[in-house]
Amino acid sequence: MAKVTVDGIEVEVPNGVSVLQACEAAGKEIPRFCYHERLSVAGNCRMCLVEVEKAPKPIASCAYPVADGMKVFTDSEMVRKGRRGVMEFLLINHPLDCPICDQGGECDLQDQAVAYGLDKSRYLEEKRSVKDKYMGPLIKTIMTRCIQCTRCVRFATEVAGVPELGATNRGEGMEIGTYVEKALTTELSGNLIDICPVGALTSRPYAFVSRPWELRKTDSVDVLDATGTNIRVDARSGEVLRILPRTNDDVNEEWMADRGRFAFDGLKRRRLDRPWVKVDGKLKPATWAEAFGTIAARLKGLPGDRIGAVAGELADAESVVALRDLMGALGSRNLECRTDGAAIDASRREFYTFNTGIAGIEEADALLIIGSDVRREAPVINARIRKRATAGNFPIGFVGPQGLNLTYRHEWLGEGGEALRALAAGTHPFNEALRNAKRPMLILGRGALTRPDGAAVLAAAWKVAAENHMLQPEWNGFNLLHLFGGQVAPLDLGFVPQDGEAAISPQIQALWLLNAEVDPAAIPAGAFVIYQGHHGEAAAARADVILPGAAYTEKDATWVNTEGRVQRGRLAVYPPGEAREDWKIIRAASEALGKRLPYDSLEAVRARLAEANPVFAREGFIAHGITDLAGPAGDTGAVSDAPFTPVLTNYWQADPISRASATMAECAEIYLHHPQKQLAAE
Amino acid sequence: MATDVSTGNEIPQPESFSFDEESNQAIEKIVARYPAGKQASAVIPLLYIVQRQMKRQTGSAWVPTKGMDAVAERLGMAPIRVYEVATFYFMFNTRPIGKIHLQVCGTTPCWLRGSEEVFKACKDAAHVPGYGQTSADGLFTLTEVECLGGCVNAPILQVDDDYYEDLDYESTVRLIEALKRGERPAPGSVIGRQTSAPVGGPLTLIDVPGE
Repeated sequence: MAKVTVDGIEVEVPNGVSVLQACEAAGKEIPRFCYHERLSVAGNCRMCLVEVEKAPKPIASCAYPVADGMKVFTDSEMVRKGRRGVMEFLLINHPLDCPICDQGGECDLQDQAVAYGLDKSRYLEEKRSVKDKYMGPLIKTIMTRCIQCTRCVRFATEVAGVPELGATNRGEGMEIGTYVEKALTTELSGNLIDICPVGALTSRPYAFVSRPWELRKTDSVDVLDATGTNIRVDARSGEVLRILPRTNDDVNEEWMADRGRFAFDGLKRRRLDRPWVKVDGKLKPATWAEAFGTIAARLKGLPGDRIGAVAGELADAESVVALRDLMGALGSRNLECRTDGAAIDASRREFYTFNTGIAGIEEADALLIIGSDVRREAPVINARIRKRATAGNFPIGFVGPQGLNLTYRHEWLGEGGEALRALAAGTHPFNEALRNAKRPMLILGRGALTRPDGAAVLAAAWKVAAENHMLQPEWNGFNLLHLFGGQVAPLDLGFVPQDGEAAISPQIQALWLLNAEVDPAAIPAGAFVIYQGHHGEAAAARADVILPGAAYTEKDATWVNTEGRVQRGRLAVYPPGEAREDWKIIRAASEALGKRLPYDSLEAVRARLAEANPVFAREGFIAHGITDLAGPAGDTGAVSDAPFTPVLTNYWQADPISRASATMAECAEIYLHHPQKQLAAE
Repeated sequence: MATDVSTGNEIPQPESFSFDEESNQAIEKIVARYPAGKQASAVIPLLYIVQRQMKRQTGSAWVPTKGMDAVAERLGMAPIRVYEVATFYFMFNTRPIGKIHLQVCGTTPCWLRGSEEVFKACKDAAHVPGYGQTSADGLFTLTEVECLGGCVNAPILQVDDDYYEDLDYESTVRLIEALKRGERPAPGSVIGRQTSAPVGGPLTLIDVPGE
C-alpha cells in the first residue's frame, strides 16, 4: 500500500495503481477522455494532468503510477493552466457543431469545455476535416469530431475481440477507421457509441431523435438474450427512443449486446394492440369482455386434462405464476415452457442455470464449451470469457463447429457427440487440462439439448462436470446457457409437464399460449387456442382468441437470467392500445372462468411468486457450491455422433421483437445475406 | 477499399497479392531474427519486401492493401495493425508511384543548403508539377521527405534507395537526364567528396606528430 496525499487528503491505495485512481479514491474528479477503467491505458489525450510535488512538469495522472509519500495537487494554478492548454489544442480541430450534434448534452468534451475551455478561439487557421467512415448499420460517424482518444480502437481490440479499428496515417492526417471500409463484425458494436467521449460515433437509429434532457429514464432489464443485462430505457411521450446499458459488475459490467440495444423499434411494429376473436374462421377485432366471454364459453365443462398451457421465451415470472395457478384451478397439469424442445431437467435448479455466475468466469481456470456459440447467444458473457482468456492460463475446449470465431483462442475438440462421449468417459486429452485445473467450468448451450438425444447430452455434460472437479462444495462449474430472458423463470416455477404428460398432446382441446411461438402444425386441428402476447406471428394467426399483452419495456415484471439471478424490470412506457400487463390479463380471465385468482396487486403476485419458489423472494444471485452430485436423468452413452450446430443462425432476428425491428432487418440483410455490402461505402 | 487520404479518392488495388520466391526467401531470413511469438516485430521489413516485389513485378514500388493483408497473415497479426504501420511511415507508398521515386529532403540543413533549387530542378527536368505528384509519362514521382540523416552533404535527393549528395540545380538536372536515359549514376556526393569529409580533402589531423 502507498500513502498518497491528494489536495491535503491522505489516502492509502495499493501499489501500482495510477495517480488518477488515487485521486478518485480521495474523491477528486479528474477530467479525462482517453482513460477508461475497463480498457488499457493510452495516455494520449493529456486532459488528466495533475501536479505532483517535486515534479518539474504536470503529469498525465492516468499513466503515472503512485509512489509512497507522493503529494498530488489536482486544482493548482499549474494544473488549471495545463488543462486549459490541452483543451485549447483539442478544440483546434473540433468542429464545435454542438447544436447539430447528437452527443450534445451528454458529451464529455462539451462538459469539460465548460470547466476548462476558453470563451473564444485564438485559432485562425483552417481546421482539418475528416471524411466520415462506414462502420456498419448501427453506428453513425462524424469523424471530424473525433479527438483521437482511441477508446474505440481499444474497445474493439480488447473487449470485443475484433481488431478491425485502428489509427491510420499520422500527425495531421491521422484518422480512426477500418482503413478498408467495412461494417464492424461484432455483436457489441453499440458500446462504441457509449465509450466515444465526443460525437464522432453516435447511434444511427437514434440520429436527430431527441436530446437527453427530454427523455424519461427507467431502469430495467434486457430480456432479448439470457444475460440479464441491466438497462436504462429512455422514453419520451410514450415511445421508447433508445436503450442503454447500466453498470452492473456482476452481470454486464457496462456493456450491452446489439440486439438488446437496437431491436426496440420492433416494439412499435406488428403489435397486438387489441383483443381479437375468431368468428367463422376469421379473426375479428373484439372487446376484452367478448374475448373473455369466448374463452369462458369454450372452456366450460372441458376436463382439466384436455387443457394445456405453454409459456414462451419472453414470458415474465408474474404471468407464468398466474397462468400456472389458473391451470391448477382448471385442473390442468399440461404445462410446458420448453418451446424449443430442449431436454431440460427442471427437477433441480443446478441442472438448468449458469451456476458459476457471470462474474465467476473470472475465477475459473479452465473452460469447456459444449454446443454453444457463446459469441452470438450471449455476446456480453462472451466478452467476459474473452476477458478471462486474455488474462492467461485459461485452457478453453470447444465442442461444436470447427473454425468458429469466438474472439478468443480455443482448442477445438470435435464437432459432435463422439468428443462429448470421450470427455464423459474421461479419455479425451482435454480431460487432462480439466483435471489439472482447480476451478474448471463448462458451458452447455441450450441449443445442444434440443437434439433428439438432448437428455443424454445433458446427462453426459453433468457427468463431465462431476468427474472433473467442476462440482465442489465451494464451486459449481456446471453452466447451462439459455437464449432468452424469460426461459429460466418458468423452470423455477415448475412450468413443465407433471406426471410425464406432454402439454401439447393430440387429446388437448384447449391451449393457452403465453408469448409462446408454437409451430401451428403441432397444435391439434380442433383445439381452441388462446394466444396471449405482444407480437403476432404464426401462432397468433392460428389462435381463436388473441389477448394483447405487454412487452418487457411496458410492465413491471420479474425476470430470471441464465444465472438464475432474479431481477426486476420496470414499466417505461404504457402498452399500446388495449394491451395490458400479462398477469392482469390472466387474473381478469380467471374471474370470467369462475376461478378467481387471489391476487389483485403486483405486491400480492410477487408474494405468490415467493411462495411458489423462495428464489423470487429476493433479487440477485448467490454464489453457490454443490455437494449432491447426483445428475439429471439420461443415458450418457446414448449421445449420438450428430454434430452440434449453432442454434442461433440469425443473431439479429432471433425473437419476435427483433423480427419486427427494421434496424435488425437491416443488420441481418448486411451481415448475413449480403456480406459484400459490408464493403460498400454508404 | 482504401482511400487516398489527401484526395479522398479510392486507390485502385490489384486483384491479388502473394509473395514470390525471392520474397519468400527474404522473409524466412527476417522472421528467423525474432524470438518465437514475436514475429510481429518483422512487420516493417516485410512491408519493404512487399514494396520491392511490387517494384519488380509492376515497376511501381508501392504497398497495396492486399500486400498488407499478406503481411498480416504471414505474421499472425490483425490486418488493421499492419495498415496502421504502413500508413504511418511515409517510406511506404500506399498508392502507385512512378517508376523512379525522387525524394527531396526538405528539412532545415538541406533547405539552408539549397533544397529548393533541387526541388525546382526536379520539377523542370522530370516534368512533375509538384510534391506528391507523378510525371505525365509515369516515370517520376516526386515527394518531399523529412531528414534523411545526411545533413553534412546537404542538399540530398534520394532516388529509390540511393542518396545523391551535394546537389545544386545543374547537377540535379544532369542526374535526372541520366535517369531518363535509363542510367544509374554512382550514388554519393556529386562533387567528388570523400564520404562526409570536408570538400577538397581533410582539414584536420593532417600533421600527425612524430611522422
